[in-house]
Amino acid sequence: MTQAVQTKLKYAIETSGLGKRYRSFWALKDCAVTVPQGSVTALVGPNGAGKTTLLKLLVGLNRPSAGAAVVLGQTPNQTTEYLSEIGYLAQEIPLYSQFSAADHFAMGAHLDPRWDNDLAVKRLNELKIPLDRPVGKLSGGQRAQVGLAMALAKKPRLLLLDEPVAALDPLARVDFLTSLAQAAADADGELTVVMSSHLLADLERVCDHVIILASGETQLCDDIEQVLKTHKLLVGPPGALPASNEYIVIKESRSSTAAHALVRLSSLRISVPGWHVRDVDIEEIVLAYMGQSRDAATSEGAAQ
Amino acid sequence: MIFHISSRSGVPPYLQIVQQVKQDIRLGLLEEGDKLPAVREVVTMIAINPNTVVKAYRALEAQGYIEKRSGIGTFASKPPPAPPPGVQAALLAKLNEWIAETKAAGLDEEAAEALFTTALRNKRGESHDASSTN
Repeated sequence: MTQAVQTKLKYAIETSGLGKRYRSFWALKDCAVTVPQGSVTALVGPNGAGKTTLLKLLVGLNRPSAGAAVVLGQTPNQTTEYLSEIGYLAQEIPLYSQFSAADHFAMGAHLDPRWDNDLAVKRLNELKIPLDRPVGKLSGGQRAQVGLAMALAKKPRLLLLDEPVAALDPLARVDFLTSLAQAAADADGELTVVMSSHLLADLERVCDHVIILASGETQLCDDIEQVLKTHKLLVGPPGALPASNEYIVIKESRSSTAAHALVRLSSLRISVPGWHVRDVDIEEIVLAYMGQSRDAATSEGAAQ
Repeated sequence: MIFHISSRSGVPPYLQIVQQVKQDIRLGLLEEGDKLPAVREVVTMIAINPNTVVKAYRALEAQGYIEKRSGIGTFASKPPPAPPPGVQAALLAKLNEWIAETKAAGLDEEAAEALFTTALRNKRGESHDASSTN
């Protein structure tokens, strides 16, 4: 059922073979992801996985060394026509610390004909963030909210956020994500959001899609609910899990008394005699993929 | 009504909302005609993806637990009729018999529960298959 709906949906982002090389180092390679229009997608991976590289390629701040990206039907570029559709909040939240939020908004209104100043002011008022105080004197959480308000005042169709909550305390995180979820609700499917994080735990409720990057490569790109359905933990006797075309093993661990295997199912029916099937949460699945890529990288290094 | 989403359960958030509404209806906390929070209110309450709430409400509507009145909101409807008490008692008696069998076979409670959960899950897998072919 969900598959039929998904093919009807337009993708806000579609990449194929996308890569970025710095000298001999591939920061991102062979990246093939699709992000459905109207989704809120988490881009997760450890530090150095290529998350920022991917986001910069999508904004058009970097040019790909290989492959291509189609964003809102266009190749990312630096024209005003393209950039007015995209809200981008860089990791360091670039704001002028001496200027107030109101100053920033005035600048935005001056630069962008579509600027919705009332919306930006209303957002900050709701959060009781002073408009007239220099942003350098606001808390980290408040600065992040000013950055988000500015990105949303552009009325973008795509919002790209690089580690928006990494530096925030737990309460500010929840506030930020609530603001974001409200914006998604208000846009009624017209806004697509991609936000990166090195952990999914903070984001998973707000997101309905996930992209896992590790060591510059795409490990997984899917609907979160689908991910939960197709990944299970098999618990059984010590010894190898029998090979089967019903699943692919992502991570195995053994003790003297039992073996655990986190698997991706090829079909939703599974039975392995003597093994129990357990549900796993999304965090465990993400960690398993990250661990898998690390192990692969280590063994590659050892072989060289 | 207040929702609570656990991210540690492996149960998709939309299903958690569905289960909580059903539970509140069964417990009488949500009665026929009571208004459910609007999607944006739920989003504000628990910082959740709006599509998840929409999906949960749609599932509940399809199952007859709630109804949408356009322009006004979403309301609890009369809960779908439960099987008559006799049927439930009969099912429980069968289950008791089965539990006695597991005891006789030397299985402890946990082992019996694991079997039961596995059987439920396999059935669930079958119905997922069926729904995905639609």
